[in-house]
Amino acid sequence: MLQIENLHATVGETAILKGLSLTINAGEIHAIMGPNGAGKSTLAYTLGGRPGYEVTEGSATFDGQDLLALEPHERAAAGLFLGFQYPVEIPGVSNLQFLRESLNAQRKARGQEPLSGAEFIKLAKEKAALLRMDMEMLKRPVNVGFSGGEKKRNEMVQMGIIDPKLALLDETDSGLDIDALRIVGEGINAIMRKPDKAVLLITHYQRLLDLVKPDFVHVLAGGRIVRSGGAELALELEEQGYEAVA
Amino acid sequence: MNNVIPLPTRKDEAWRYADLDALARVWGDVPQGPERIVVPAGETLSRQIVLPVAMSGVSITDLDVVIEAGATFALHLLATDADYGRMSVNILVHEGAHFEMGGAIVGNGDQTLEIVTQVNHAHPNATSNQVVRSVLAGHATGSFLGKVAVARHAQKTDASQSVKAMLLDRTATANAKPELEIYADDVKCAHGATVGELDKAALFYMAARGLPPQVARKLMLQAFIADAFVSLQDDAAREAIEARALAALEGLA
Repeated sequence: MLQIENLHATVGETAILKGLSLTINAGEIHAIMGPNGAGKSTLAYTLGGRPGYEVTEGSATFDGQDLLALEPHERAAAGLFLGFQYPVEIPGVSNLQFLRESLNAQRKARGQEPLSGAEFIKLAKEKAALLRMDMEMLKRPVNVGFSGGEKKRNEMVQMGIIDPKLALLDETDSGLDIDALRIVGEGINAIMRKPDKAVLLITHYQRLLDLVKPDFVHVLAGGRIVRSGGAELALELEEQGYEAVA
Repeated sequence: MNNVIPLPTRKDEAWRYADLDALARVWGDVPQGPERIVVPAGETLSRQIVLPVAMSGVSITDLDVVIEAGATFALHLLATDADYGRMSVNILVHEGAHFEMGGAIVGNGDQTLEIVTQVNHAHPNATSNQVVRSVLAGHATGSFLGKVAVARHAQKTDASQSVKAMLLDRTATANAKPELEIYADDVKCAHGATVGELDKAALFYMAARGLPPQVARKLMLQAFIADAFVSLQDDAAREAIEARALAALEGLA
């Protein structure tokens, strides 16, 4: 589904990714762990197409398409979902309006009919219930006045509504209390653990991986994948730290 | 028709950002003297004014309003269709009265658009609230000059102004000039003014959910300009003036 080959990326003048390669197939859940500053968020933003994150070498192919040639909104329409570490507040724009416009823009780009208001509300209610999010919150402006945990749950509601092929989740577990973490973990499983979908979890902690069991764990350090393994690698990291393992 | 009132100059504080060349071309023709409005004691009046289109390209709306004791006047303005457009409002608020204003400026090209207000709190216990939002592209200039004068015995006055401008191009100009003249000692006067650009982080967030840039931009500008009309109680009237503002915003894309 996603093939990343020898990816190099800079932010401003600084080289952050230095030859990262990674292949993610449909049906797989991958976790990327690594020390602060290793380039984890840069990887997410670079794949999402954030302005200022410049690819200097290498490639990323998503479902046979050159991902890096697409505009950010085209990447979304192609089926890529980026879960933000710090979801952005958009004053004056309601969650429901934002998501309906987003979903219908994606559908239009794929040559599908837009969802009607009634169809959309039914879908939104279903996904909000899955993440135990009050529908009233979805009527409020996007992330405005939401707690850190509510913002992260809102990201997962958005993921449920948009129903992407590949989710890149950047520290979705940070800022969550134990109950919210369980709800979010179960949400990721319900929405994304399917044979035709895949997930890349960026995380610091084992606790999310107890809920969303990864098929592969990678250690990112110095802008490259320095070690890959199965779920047991995360446990080893938790016990021994990055320096010992990587 | 000859005019006895001399053309304003830039030394006149209320005209410092005006397009005086444009004004000079029509000075003999523009109706002189303001429209007078009196809101009788205890009553509520709501007016929405969209700056009218003028053949000359110069459009001026001038209001002189008296809000009698305990009355409320809600005024919502939109300045967009003029080469030089000016909406000026002089308000006298009596005891216990309230003045609510929302103003929107949407400019592009070489337009010069301005809203100029003077709110006179001459009596106690009166309140006023002014919200102005400007969206400016191209080489447009949008200005808000808002004076609040609180007389010595106008105690318990509560007057506030919120002025925000969004510049879509580095060549556009926004002026925000709040001016407070307070002679009473027990009053609340708050004002805030900001000039900014569209939030790039929000634009990327919206793109990451699949919104094309022009749609994301439109949603953010709609939300920004809607602040000016949120105080308009009548739904149909609010939707009507918002629709005019949105049409103007579409023209900026």
